[in-house]
Amino acid sequence: MNAQSGLAARRPTPQRVSVRLRVDPVACDAYGFCAELLPERITLDEWGYPMVDGTPVEPSLVAVATRAAAECPRRAIVLEQVRLAG
Amino acid sequence: MTAMTLDATARLLAGPAGSGGSPDLATHMATHGPLTLPGLDDERWRAGMVRAVTESGLLGRGGGGFPAGAKWDAVRRTARRPILVVNAMESEPASAKDRVLLAHAPHLVLDGAEVVATVVGANDIAFCVAVDNDVTATAIESAIAERAGHGLTRFAMTVHRPPHRYVSGEESALVSWLTRGMALPALRVDKSVPLQVGRRSAMVHNAETLAQVALIARHGPAWFRRLGTPDAPGSTLVTVTGAVRHPGVLEVELGTPVIDILERAGATALSGVLVGGYGGSWLGSSHLATPFAPGALAAVGSTHGVGILVALPVGSCGIAETARIARYMAGESAGQCGPCVFGLPAIAGDLEQLWSGRADASVIDRIESRSAMVDGRGACRHPDGVVRLVRSALSVFGDDARAHAAGRPCAGHSAPSVLTLPTAPTGPASARRGTAKATSRRAS
Repeated sequence: MNAQSGLAARRPTPQRVSVRLRVDPVACDAYGFCAELLPERITLDEWGYPMVDGTPVEPSLVAVATRAAAECPRRAIVLEQVRLAG
Repeated sequence: MTAMTLDATARLLAGPAGSGGSPDLATHMATHGPLTLPGLDDERWRAGMVRAVTESGLLGRGGGGFPAGAKWDAVRRTARRPILVVNAMESEPASAKDRVLLAHAPHLVLDGAEVVATVVGANDIAFCVAVDNDVTATAIESAIAERAGHGLTRFAMTVHRPPHRYVSGEESALVSWLTRGMALPALRVDKSVPLQVGRRSAMVHNAETLAQVALIARHGPAWFRRLGTPDAPGSTLVTVTGAVRHPGVLEVELGTPVIDILERAGATALSGVLVGGYGGSWLGSSHLATPFAPGALAAVGSTHGVGILVALPVGSCGIAETARIARYMAGESAGQCGPCVFGLPAIAGDLEQLWSGRADASVIDRIESRSAMVDGRGACRHPDGVVRLVRSALSVFGDDARAHAAGRPCAGHSAPSVLTLPTAPTGPASARRGTAKATSRRAS
């Protein structure tokens, strides 16, 4: 927390925070729901397992990324919060 | 396999070669001198030892090559007494260095284990030896019993016998074995977080790394640095096999040109060398003067890995050898992660087609795209190692690969295998859990 402690510091505006996608490969069983829900950021390999690139998700896609993680029957999509520069 | 040492380089392998059994404690002391350990909570001594090993620049000898002292701090900060795990699994099929070391100098490994246990405040030292390697387990057990006979029972030392599988020597798999009896690698997002055996932090060190620590504790970092390079100091053990007249384990100075090591083992004309093990990479015949050290090998697209050199003779087929290794490695998957379970057999199949000379024209592109698809997508580094090896084969044996793809396999493609492969695995990495994904619905 920075010196200017206050509401803005504790709850950064949505534009300043994003998420990064990670797949837990042990948990994943290739249901593929995630790629259906978030094709912009998740593609399936030839065996049906999701591939993600680890870069922050655009703020406009954070809500659907959250849903993709929640809908995974194996809870294999992990969202890591990242703070965007600027 | 015999142990050989090079003059002036004999540190770990110094002293009389055991005639039958391993050297006893008295012989060990006569060879290496006494080792005095302080009281269990002598923080000044501990800090000094951390400093000495850091200054020595010792890199872990288990394949990762990380600075040995770097993982001590995180464990030293944990509240519960940690456990020290000694990795003597020797999961790399082409490696014999740890079993040779533990036959030749078991007390040196035990010394190093006691030093590290004292530094991190561990009471327990768990030695892990593959279930089928009774010789090494007996050597360790005898050394432990001998110390107990001399009243040296400062630590509880036990020998554990995980299954002999490629992935069971991975450090998180050892911890998994000690915790729940399943030798399965775990996904580790943040490697600075210590591994856990139950609720205790665990620190895993390769057996050779500990033997080097025992020497640094005796002679200091400046002595250690008299051999090797500034970035990779000291001596190291290398298992040299393949097209050499004297296969065995050598102790060499890090930075020794690869060709010199091979020639000392009696190498003949070579078409390439496998460096670092079955998850390592090929080194082409034009790069044989490369110093045997992590940085120099990485600079030519190779890898140091575990100390392994397998010489491939002129006239043998690097594609065939790589296909055999890839098939073996596919069978060694722990079966936990889809990209490994499905990707490695697919890549092995592509390589077998290429080997036979009956592949379609796009097979090399397919191997490359599947390699990219698998790389970095397992919980452990098993698939990454296979991909590294396969990519290096396509680079080092590129002309051969293109000729094979064009339906003209090289003359050596039906030659017998140079690389020895263990017999096909008969069961999953754990007796209690099958390769779930191989039988899941995705297989249909």
